[in-house]
Amino acid sequence: MQELITRAKELLENGTVSRVLGWKVGDMPYNPEPAFFDSADTLDNFVYNGFCGANLSKYMIEASTLEGKTLVFLKPCDTYSFNQLLHEHRVDRDKAYIIGVGCKGKLDIDMIKAQGIKGIKDIKGAEMSDACDTLTIDTIYGEKSCAYSKAMLARCHVCKGKEHKIYDELIGESKDTQDQERFAGVEYIESMTPEEKFEFFRNELSKCIRCNACRNVCPACSCRKCVFDSNKFDSAQKANVDSFEEKMFHIIRAFHVAGRCTDCGECSRVCPQGIPLHLFNRKFIKDINEFYGDFSAGETADGDRPLTSFTFEDVEPSIVSERG
Amino acid sequence: MYKIAKENLSALFRKISETMGLYLPISSAGQTNFGAWAEDADVDLTTLKTVKSAKDTFFPQSENLYTCTTEDKKITVTPEKLQEEDFVVFGMKGCDVQGIEVLDRVFLSEPVDSFYAARRNHGTIVALACNEPENSCFCNVFGIDCADPKGIADVATWDMGDFLYWNPITEKGEKLTAYLSDLFEGADDTAVDELKNSIHNIVDKLPYSDLSLEGWGGDALDEKFNSPIWEELYKPCLACGTCTFVCPTCQCYDIKDYNTGNGVQRYRCWDSCMYSDFTMMAHGNNRTSQMQRYRQRFMHKLVYYPANNDGVFSCVGCGRCVDKCPSSLNIVKVIKAFSKEAK
Amino acid sequence: MCECNCHENYNLDTLIPKVGIITGITQETPDVKTFRVNAPQGGKLFEHMPGQCAMLCAPGISEAMFSITSSPTNKEYQEFSIKKCGELTSYLHDLQVGDEITVRGPYGNNFPVDTELKGKNLLFIAGGIGLAPLRSVINYVLDNREDYGTVDILYGSRSADDLVKLEEIQTEWANAENVNVHLTIDREQEGWDGHVGFVPSYLKELNFTTDKTALVCGPPIMIKFVLQGLKELGFTNEQIYTTFELRMKCGVGKCGRCNIGSKYVCKDGPVFRFDEIEKLPDEY
Repeated sequence: MQELITRAKELLENGTVSRVLGWKVGDMPYNPEPAFFDSADTLDNFVYNGFCGANLSKYMIEASTLEGKTLVFLKPCDTYSFNQLLHEHRVDRDKAYIIGVGCKGKLDIDMIKAQGIKGIKDIKGAEMSDACDTLTIDTIYGEKSCAYSKAMLARCHVCKGKEHKIYDELIGESKDTQDQERFAGVEYIESMTPEEKFEFFRNELSKCIRCNACRNVCPACSCRKCVFDSNKFDSAQKANVDSFEEKMFHIIRAFHVAGRCTDCGECSRVCPQGIPLHLFNRKFIKDINEFYGDFSAGETADGDRPLTSFTFEDVEPSIVSERG
Repeated sequence: MYKIAKENLSALFRKISETMGLYLPISSAGQTNFGAWAEDADVDLTTLKTVKSAKDTFFPQSENLYTCTTEDKKITVTPEKLQEEDFVVFGMKGCDVQGIEVLDRVFLSEPVDSFYAARRNHGTIVALACNEPENSCFCNVFGIDCADPKGIADVATWDMGDFLYWNPITEKGEKLTAYLSDLFEGADDTAVDELKNSIHNIVDKLPYSDLSLEGWGGDALDEKFNSPIWEELYKPCLACGTCTFVCPTCQCYDIKDYNTGNGVQRYRCWDSCMYSDFTMMAHGNNRTSQMQRYRQRFMHKLVYYPANNDGVFSCVGCGRCVDKCPSSLNIVKVIKAFSKEAK
Repeated sequence: MCECNCHENYNLDTLIPKVGIITGITQETPDVKTFRVNAPQGGKLFEHMPGQCAMLCAPGISEAMFSITSSPTNKEYQEFSIKKCGELTSYLHDLQVGDEITVRGPYGNNFPVDTELKGKNLLFIAGGIGLAPLRSVINYVLDNREDYGTVDILYGSRSADDLVKLEEIQTEWANAENVNVHLTIDREQEGWDGHVGFVPSYLKELNFTTDKTALVCGPPIMIKFVLQGLKELGFTNEQIYTTFELRMKCGVGKCGRCNIGSKYVCKDGPVFRFDEIEKLPDEY
């Protein structure tokens, strides 16, 4: 972490960048927050550890409108989002100085609490320099420990790999934390009967409180004004006026980010009701892979995208009904 | 003081449901929220905090106010029925109980909101002590005793392992207790007192229990409003409504129309001051930047509300925003940032 | 309907509107119409005080707050002078006599006509459609003439065609006892032999003495310079009242939008004395 701070200070002081986008130390060991740093001395509050899960790419949309370059720290999976935003001309490459930071899997405090660990005062073992295999947790009930992998965000179990897809320089080691089959969850739902599927999604989506956290955190949701915020249509409903409402919101959103979603998993990370929203997006990814060949949004900033380029080999829409 | 064996709780719920509505924490798809009891409902009294507070039971996220129909240019307004059935909210924690008290000061002050008032009149609150308050809890800072929920609660209860201890507080609580009396046996207070002590011991050790509200309150307006700290604090805010929708005291609402095809349904729904269109009204927008909106939320809870309500804060320290903010921002960090600045 | 008494609350809940019927429409200026509103069965929808406002709604279109421009001393109907400037106001401008809208209110406080303003010399300063809320006060004062001192009315608009209620001003107000009317328009215009110039500069020319209480309403920029002008003439904040723009939703101080600091414009306002405004945070 000190290496990151030192480098950030250098880049600020030599005028390469005007500000730094990273994470600021929280008031608890597990709640750092995304933050802009404008001067070298404020960087003393900079932190980077296992709890820095937030994908900073989305903040680069805003940062691209500011004067001067922004130094941004991106984890391997965050670089996919940045590339995709670059492809959509929503961020400015010339306004970004990207340091690819190492990642050994990001942590979810709720996963730690779910193991019955309560009254947490301190957590050790989540630093970048740590081996990241065991967390030692100091609680008001005494010391507890927990396997690092058991405390990871769900998305890290299907890690896309430790390679940064875009960067100006790299600092720190990464680890491929994949230990689960990426499409297993989607296949499980595909194996359900239509009634079971409907029931599954009805149960999950009826928890939705329309807080828009999934949309607002999503790097693919970069519209200047969302149709669900427009008062020109009947779509700006802030509450579910009928039982279809919340399904409509999530289904339309999933369609809108199809082919652009990099599977960064932020939607599921932030959902206060624990709705596995990434499953929608991952279903689209799986279908796109099957219909158009393997494709990973954001792997590159240039090149054709399967849903926005036409070829005569493209599947016909009837594939959906034919496939059943 | 009464007690009931926990294995008989379903009989208690059934008995309540025979003549009244019953809302209590129910687990569905992995999350616990207040919901209507049903025979097959997965009642969950062990989860410390429901995702949403119990606010819904008195101030639903969305409720119809009236329907407007037009025929031959003649408009008919049909008001929505007010709550007429008695109901019980079971298992509300001390923080949520005080949350309703905060809402009371808004909705029951002149002009009284009759939709809310009808629910308050017909609702009986059965509070449940928190056996193991958690990291993000700081209700004690607002004078709440989670070991002994009182305030506007009608009944206080304690989970004592095999038994639920039950103590009616108000007339409404006595009435409910009398109705359920066949299910109870008498109990003495000693065991409950021990539990209260052990809860207080936990509270003392929690990281936020010594949070200081010094400098906040109705008189702090200019100093807090004009502070440059807000410019720093708001930046990571994604402008989502998570904090406001899980909050027991956020009461701001929107009034909207829904065209049903044969009329216009006027409903109100929770709104979030974090949303960019929150203050967008026919005559213009009052708060145009996210900094202003962010500031509004905390100024409302810690300055404006106390200014209008005898110094009472409109935060109850439930810690839901602490647990749920996607960017790990929350009221505790705001309070701490200002205390740090003061030093 | 059930037997219980909770339905009585319907009449109490101010979020439930009444149906109002348009009983008269006057084209005041090219973009301002005055609508006369009654209860469908006749009579007024409610009683109000000068400065109060009401929510007018075209069901399914939109709803917005408008000041009530008629005086409470008018026992027959209520009037709203409305400038066409958006979705709802365009809809309202297309209405005909006999059409219905919904109305809820009255909301907010009022100019203190029965307390602080009683016995005072009054100076009304209005710009454009800003006359609407003040007209309610002016007519109230004229109908209770003996309770107040001298009355000066300074009213300006873009052009002579944009002066709202011109006929009433020239025939009724100008001829009332101890009332001076000062009209001005922004630019020279054929057929206009009155004063030309902005309201704030005319204010200074008229050089009013400070034995008056000023009631100001108009576009924010006008208010700003009028306030400056009044200060230069020696008026204090305690002598000046205004009414805020009506950016509101619920009207009852509960929905949480219109607050400036701890004051809700819809409930604690819209009428404020300037010394009260000075205490509010700068967010309006």
